[in-house]
Amino acid sequence: MLSKRIIPCLDIKAGRVVKGVKFLGLRDAGDPVSVAKEYDAQGADELVFLDITASIENRKTLVALVEKIASNIFMPFTVGGGISEIDDIRNILNAGAEKVSLNTQAVKFPELISSAAKRFGSQCVVVAIDAKRQGEFWEVFINGGRTPTGIDVEVWAEKAARLGAGEILLTSMDCDGTNDGYDIKLTKAITSKVNIPVIASGGAGKLEDFYNVFMQAEADAALAASLFHYGKLSVKQIKEYLNQRGVMVRL
Amino acid sequence: MKIAIIDYGMGNIHSVSKAIELCGAKPIITNKKSQLSSCEKIVLPGVGAFDDAVTELEKLKLIPVIKEQVKNKKPFLGICLGMQLLFETSQEAKSKAGLGILKGQVIKFSAKLGQKVPHMGWNNLEDISAGCSLLNGITARAQVYFCHSYYPEPVDKDVVAASCNYGVKFACALAKENIYGVQFHPEKSQAIGLKIIRNFVELC
Repeated sequence: MLSKRIIPCLDIKAGRVVKGVKFLGLRDAGDPVSVAKEYDAQGADELVFLDITASIENRKTLVALVEKIASNIFMPFTVGGGISEIDDIRNILNAGAEKVSLNTQAVKFPELISSAAKRFGSQCVVVAIDAKRQGEFWEVFINGGRTPTGIDVEVWAEKAARLGAGEILLTSMDCDGTNDGYDIKLTKAITSKVNIPVIASGGAGKLEDFYNVFMQAEADAALAASLFHYGKLSVKQIKEYLNQRGVMVRL
Repeated sequence: MKIAIIDYGMGNIHSVSKAIELCGAKPIITNKKSQLSSCEKIVLPGVGAFDDAVTELEKLKLIPVIKEQVKNKKPFLGICLGMQLLFETSQEAKSKAGLGILKGQVIKFSAKLGQKVPHMGWNNLEDISAGCSLLNGITARAQVYFCHSYYPEPVDKDVVAASCNYGVKFACALAKENIYGVQFHPEKSQAIGLKIIRNFVELC
């Protein structure tokens, strides 16, 4: 049976991990490879690296970093942040990433999804959606959550899947940073709409949050950042808890 | 030991190369006939579309080379699309045939199975055939990483070295004499994946 996945997310700026990572005994908490190795040891199922600088000059640094990560950890990882061209995608995949995550550029140019899927296969195309509740619907935001688009998240998720996305990384802007739990309603709305895996993101603060997002919202994977960075919970703790409650995880 | 990794522009050869290196062999990333001949083993990785992969292999004139090396009993490992290419046809293909080294076809997970497609994530190995060198020491229910929408359906069921259940039970590891294939990504399956690559290096 397919396991539910736990995915730590790392923000990368100019080749370094940002957000105060507080792993005990880690010599360099800013080194993506050291952090990745730590998550590997904890039993993380995948990693997501988000490049938050995403300048052209930075692209080369990012590709070199992907290569370094892939040389040191043998687990799947996704790279996102400012990806706008097929060439970027090819370089990142060739350097050893399993998947790329597209966000703003996919909203602006949806054909990027279809051309990437055609070239490299749907299984490596993740579409990241930043969603915010607006009365009766959830609205898609782009540019790191700064720009509203007027687009309905449900409509966009369905379109992205139709264009060839292999997975949706769904972030609730309302829940992000609250530690009050994942957005169950939003996640459920999307998992019942599309037939591709959905990664829930935003709001994880305690063990039950993971159980709820898997059981109530039927997410395929749960992503968290600060929870892991600040050492509040480890991947291992979460998986042992889920296993006890009968959720299929990889131990 | 030198192991050739066929470089034909179809994705992720870096991770495979590093994994082989870690397992004590020397990876040679190549698309040259002479190097494929001189290496002791061959790996055909691959991510992407079936037709594109066949087209690239054709352009590089590698298909007869691969067939010859396989026929000469050189240990050969196909990973993901690299494994699927060994079959005769694929439902993904619009115009190209596969290499036909293994009899059978590659088919898509049916929407009727009620499972999400792609099959993405960690799933169990089942029905591991005892005596398969590639899976030596791998125990049932060990989890490996999958990331695919199509799976092989070999005609000869004896080549199935392990299966996986995703709404349908499908062949996820194949072994026939010197020919090995896996649908999952050993190079991304942490310790268990590295063990499988080590088996290929040391035992196959």
